[in-house]
Amino acid sequence: MDEILRVSHLQKKYDDFTVLDDVNFTVKKGEVVVIVGPSGCGKSTLLRCLNGLEEIQEGSVLLDGAVVNPNKKDLCKTRERIGMVFQSYDLFPHKTILQNVTLAPILVKKRKKEEVCQEALALLKRVGLLSKKDQYPRQLSGGQKQRVAIVRALMMQPEVLLLDEITASLDPEMVREVLDVVLSLAKEGRTMLIVTHEMQFARAVADRMIFLEGGKIVEEDETKSFFEHPKTDRLKQFLQTFTYEDL
Amino acid sequence: MGFDVLLKGNNLIRLFGGLMVALRISLISVAISILLGIVIGMLEAYNNKVINAIARIHLEIVRIMPQMVLLFIVYFGATKALGLNLTAEASAIIVFSFWGVAEMADLVRGAFASIPVIQYESSFSLGMSRLQVYVHIIIPQIIRRMLPLSINLITRMIKTTSLVMMIGIVEVLKVGQQIIEANRKSSPSAAFGVFATIFLLYFLVCFPISVFSKYLEKRWEY
Repeated sequence: MDEILRVSHLQKKYDDFTVLDDVNFTVKKGEVVVIVGPSGCGKSTLLRCLNGLEEIQEGSVLLDGAVVNPNKKDLCKTRERIGMVFQSYDLFPHKTILQNVTLAPILVKKRKKEEVCQEALALLKRVGLLSKKDQYPRQLSGGQKQRVAIVRALMMQPEVLLLDEITASLDPEMVREVLDVVLSLAKEGRTMLIVTHEMQFARAVADRMIFLEGGKIVEEDETKSFFEHPKTDRLKQFLQTFTYEDL
Repeated sequence: MGFDVLLKGNNLIRLFGGLMVALRISLISVAISILLGIVIGMLEAYNNKVINAIARIHLEIVRIMPQMVLLFIVYFGATKALGLNLTAEASAIIVFSFWGVAEMADLVRGAFASIPVIQYESSFSLGMSRLQVYVHIIIPQIIRRMLPLSINLITRMIKTTSLVMMIGIVEVLKVGQQIIEANRKSSPSAAFGVFATIFLLYFLVCFPISVFSKYLEKRWEY
């Protein structure tokens, strides 16, 4: 498989506080990589760096050989190729669902409106939200909004999809409907980088796992051995917090 | 009841004429306030310390000072002290715009500040340029948040024009007083009829504006 994303020696600081320190990894085309770690370990910041939303101090992010950097003029072009879905959905409140998902392709890719709408309706149907196409975001539940946000990102036909704790602010019952969409995307071979706290889901969806702590990659492995044979004590300890033993 | 004086001579037409004076002053001031207010509010969004401090002081002056005092300062004070030859109407427009610009700028600033950063970020992550984000995402949301409040400012200005008779402008309230004075002997109860009519005139102007603002608020709520 070809490599699509390469992160080398990435360092990110807020003033004197180092958030990410010498992070290195690569993602191949069609691979699903899940990043886990305790709160505040820099997971979300890492994803934001990959999309040029954060300035980085050292190292580089390469998307298919192209540099991702907030100070670059053609950052928009690069961002077209990286989709991102955030924890708080962030749909455009003044636009209908259909307008939300078709705006960027029409505006940025200058594609024909009818063609984009066709594609949008097909995708909305796939996530079970076709009937909501003319409603406004405020009329939807959190899970529905998040599915729309995924469709909105997919509409740009990104080569890599970044999902930043997309179920963290959802009611437990709505988590499933969103994760099912992500699982089906993984099945069709989408390249995804996922930050999540849902370990069961991570295990099901991931090809490879990364454990991040204190801004450093502590362990990185194939999903099966990551969960069954963690090498570092820190990861063992982390994974144990998700299992409960009988009294 | 004193409504009969309104039918004498051209009293009713004079009353309408007075209303037009009040509306002219408020509408010109509103136009100036909206234009300058938007410019200043957008400048404030840049978070320049000097601009923000000046805007802050401006707003505080407008909030603390009664409009009537401002009218007196500009019409009686400035004309003497600075040797300017301002008409009463020009002074009124200056004072009303001074007030309106401060409030509009604050509305614009507040509307900008109320848009979450992530609205920008999620737009950027879809590959939109800065200009596209402003035109299609940010400014439409700002207008929706601002418009009902700025319409409210318009009605407040129309009402406050009743003060300008204090610097000698013959607007609707002053015309009403003149009519009552002139007919004190022939119809002593004219006050009720005349002021009731003036009440109705203000109502007819301000109520549709306020209904329109309610409508926009409802339509754009999210």
